[in-house]
Amino acid sequence: MERRTFLKIGAGTAGTMLVPVFGNAIAAEELLNPLALSFKKSLADTAMDAAKKAGASYCDVRIGRYLNQYITTRDLNVESVTNTESTGIGVRVIAAGAYGFAATNTLTPDAVAGAARQAVAIAKANAKLQTEPVQLAPVKGVGEVAWATPIKRDWRTVPVKDKADMLIAANKAGLAAGASFMTANLFQVNQQKYFASTDGSYIDQDIHRLWAPINATAVDKATGKFRSRAGLAPPVGMGYEYFDVKPEHKVRAAGGVATLYKGGYDIVEEAKNAGRQAREKLTARSVDPGKYDLVLAPENLFLTIHESVGHPTELDRVLGYEANYAGTSFCTLDKWESKHFNFGSKIVNFTGDKTAPGSLGAVAYDDEGVPAKRWDIIRDGILVNYQATRDQAHIIGEKESHGCSYADSWSNVQFQRMPNVSLVPGKQRLTPDEMVKDVKKGIYILGRGSYSIDQQRYNFQFGGQLYFEIKDGKIGQMLEDVAYQSNTQDFWNACTAICDERDWRMSGSFFDGKGQPSQVSAVSHGTSTTRFNGINVINTGRKIG
Amino acid sequence: MTILTQEQTKHITDRVLSFSKADECIVTVSGSRNGNIRFARNQVSTAGLADDTNISVTVAFGKRQGTATINEFDDKSLEKVVRRAEDLARLAPENPEFMPAVSKQEYKASNTFNAKTAAIDPDFRAQTAAYAIEACKKNKLVAAGFFTDGNSISSVANSNGVYGHQQQTSLDFTCTVRTEDGRGSGWVKRSASDANKFDAREAADVAIEKALRSVDAKALEPGRYTVILEPAATSELLGYMLFGFDARQTDEGRSFLSKKGGASRLGDKLFDQQVNIWADPWNPDVPVLPWDTENLIARKRMDLIKDGKVNALNYSQYWAKKKGVLATATPGNIIMAGTDKSTAELIANTKKGVLVTRTWYIRMVDPQSVLLTGLTRDGTFYIENGKIKYPIKNFRFNESPVTMLNNIEEIGKPVVIGGDEVPFQMLIPPMKVRDFNFTSLSDAV
Repeated sequence: MERRTFLKIGAGTAGTMLVPVFGNAIAAEELLNPLALSFKKSLADTAMDAAKKAGASYCDVRIGRYLNQYITTRDLNVESVTNTESTGIGVRVIAAGAYGFAATNTLTPDAVAGAARQAVAIAKANAKLQTEPVQLAPVKGVGEVAWATPIKRDWRTVPVKDKADMLIAANKAGLAAGASFMTANLFQVNQQKYFASTDGSYIDQDIHRLWAPINATAVDKATGKFRSRAGLAPPVGMGYEYFDVKPEHKVRAAGGVATLYKGGYDIVEEAKNAGRQAREKLTARSVDPGKYDLVLAPENLFLTIHESVGHPTELDRVLGYEANYAGTSFCTLDKWESKHFNFGSKIVNFTGDKTAPGSLGAVAYDDEGVPAKRWDIIRDGILVNYQATRDQAHIIGEKESHGCSYADSWSNVQFQRMPNVSLVPGKQRLTPDEMVKDVKKGIYILGRGSYSIDQQRYNFQFGGQLYFEIKDGKIGQMLEDVAYQSNTQDFWNACTAICDERDWRMSGSFFDGKGQPSQVSAVSHGTSTTRFNGINVINTGRKIG
Repeated sequence: MTILTQEQTKHITDRVLSFSKADECIVTVSGSRNGNIRFARNQVSTAGLADDTNISVTVAFGKRQGTATINEFDDKSLEKVVRRAEDLARLAPENPEFMPAVSKQEYKASNTFNAKTAAIDPDFRAQTAAYAIEACKKNKLVAAGFFTDGNSISSVANSNGVYGHQQQTSLDFTCTVRTEDGRGSGWVKRSASDANKFDAREAADVAIEKALRSVDAKALEPGRYTVILEPAATSELLGYMLFGFDARQTDEGRSFLSKKGGASRLGDKLFDQQVNIWADPWNPDVPVLPWDTENLIARKRMDLIKDGKVNALNYSQYWAKKKGVLATATPGNIIMAGTDKSTAELIANTKKGVLVTRTWYIRMVDPQSVLLTGLTRDGTFYIENGKIKYPIKNFRFNESPVTMLNNIEEIGKPVVIGGDEVPFQMLIPPMKVRDFNFTSLSDAV
């Protein structure tokens, strides 16, 4: 069972959210004091020296300072403003062919040397149970380097009042447009990560992420019906300039049924649309179940990619390390070895990518000091690769790691986590409006809704936020009670058209959970609007009582 | 680091309250030590121990509130954390829904501590993992699992004279056993606050038997089936539904408990007559703290569903005041009444049906009807004439727990099951339910 500390934010049972956090609530002004680079290097050297003296053949050190600010609002009230901070050091070693890990929040030479020795002792104890020694793919030391998320405005310097005012303005707009209730929240993350290893790297990274989810609920007391419409804008690896929206950041959805965002976000405009559409959903027609051609906007398809492509190509799942929790994978090694496993149709190409600017997964180096890269996972519909870390690369015949190692805090050991996994845009020029023209009987789906998939990633069922009927090439009325259910391989083989790069944009998951004890990570998935033929749609409307 | 004693935490809470210059002050001291061991592919993968102690101080000036925390306990640090909370409160926007700290409460102690659980050491954890691994190796099976134990204290106090202190222990064990060829999979979960009630061998044997028996599953057509749902198959479904027993959401018209015209279903017979569900902090099998950690209201027995009727809803302090009723403490556990019948007896009484070990990846599809989707996993079997006939492929379901609790045919003996994605300790029975809605097949093993 999960033992992560969850922070309750927001007042009252109905509005309360549980979000994973690390560390202590602190005052906002304290978020701005960084740790000196020389101090971090000296601590890292102390830990690595102590590990080597104790018998380690390899050691890496991560000194992390993790800062979060969460603001929650409901209707016209600010419910909570929470600042958290967590600082400490994690030491991972290989000794006698096995891993050992120990962490401390006491940043003194004695304490970090003690943690290093403890890690070596744990490694030696684990070695007795180990059947094969850990094999690390080589990585070249890079000396002292630094990287930061390219931001124009740091969220830590924006007054809380300005942020709260923006969220309340969004709620007001949603209420005026038809919502009975609104929530608007702002999650802001800064991870100051220092990595050093006995390979000769000292890497200082400063990572920023933002997410501003909103939700509009409309109630019709006469009928007893209620419906919600969540915001469609993505979480991003950007600075606060995300909210300085310009006309070029706005994307017109097919048929003009919604305004979508890329690289900038007008939260007040989006709240207004959410309020209006939550109200419209109350009287939308309930879908007739059956087979439809689906036109999926990136704001919906990203989550299907995450669950049906991202997770099954994680090599640790394939090998069985996650069998007791998240599960295993249908993308078994024999399918990859065959070089003909038809994951999808010929136009389906997926990349693993740790480099995409503005993405949640973008870094210059992973938590093993491996440079960020981009590689093919599905090429022309065939499964060609996985997501791997240094100790897994040899299993799939790779000479170097894919750079997929990540830990969510200094106190947790790093392990294989999903990079941004994205669908390559179509090569033929095609817009969403042009795509719709060819569809006789279909549904256009936008936004993330209900999502569920089995433990080997075969059978899935996804909902959305907005559904529009497509009839004889035209987008028609709004539908409700829609969910699409398919098998991963059937679904990606039913992919018949992908819009071109002009329509390509990312959305993402801010709190993706994996491991025991559970760790969260944030990851983006890019795609253009994509068509899938003959997919099973169920009607989810039910009556109780 | 050792767990703080009551005397030590009382000193801390007294000092914090004495430093406060605000209109009111609430202090919480929490400390925990959690150990764990994880294994996969018949090897231990990680093992760890984490200590954490924290003091959280919340103060208010009028309707402005601030919270700060610290993990140092000297007077200077305690004063610092109070001043920091006061500074935050002065800067905070006024909350129109602010509610003052609760008046003095009587907390009747619950038996949440067990010395044997508190004494669990790395050897105990290693032996738990070793038994599962060795038994699996003998049977040519592959084990993956996680064992975690916790020992914690919680102390609370406020400037109105509220004071409580209690120590808690817990353990949770999950184990997935798979055949080497991946065609069979079994699973078990055990939760307890008392380590005397945990038997690693018994647990691992259950997962092993299910793995061996689940090989060569046949495909049944999706549709409505009579099912025997083991407690791990219904715990999350019930948790999702009971999380929605909220008066404000209901009164605002955005709950499955809201009715046409703005009324609520409180008092309505929404479930089968046999359904009785309540919360009770003093239950010996699933004891929880006798106060709600969020608002410090004393917990009492709370009958949520009585003889099939919606009997009580949670009222936050704000909503209770608005409606002129008493605020409730949020339940920490969920108990469902059962019988003395074992799961085996429920199977023996079934002509045709499906036995479900557990359900997985459950998500809300429609909050209006609490329609949930998810899948069966790690041991799904076809029952005919009172016997398990053969393993069957996993199903996806689309079902509302409200409908499920209306279609109950028979109830078994309740067992303890810890929450996974829902925050309750639960004591719930296996249930035989008719017309459970399986909507598609899954190839997953």
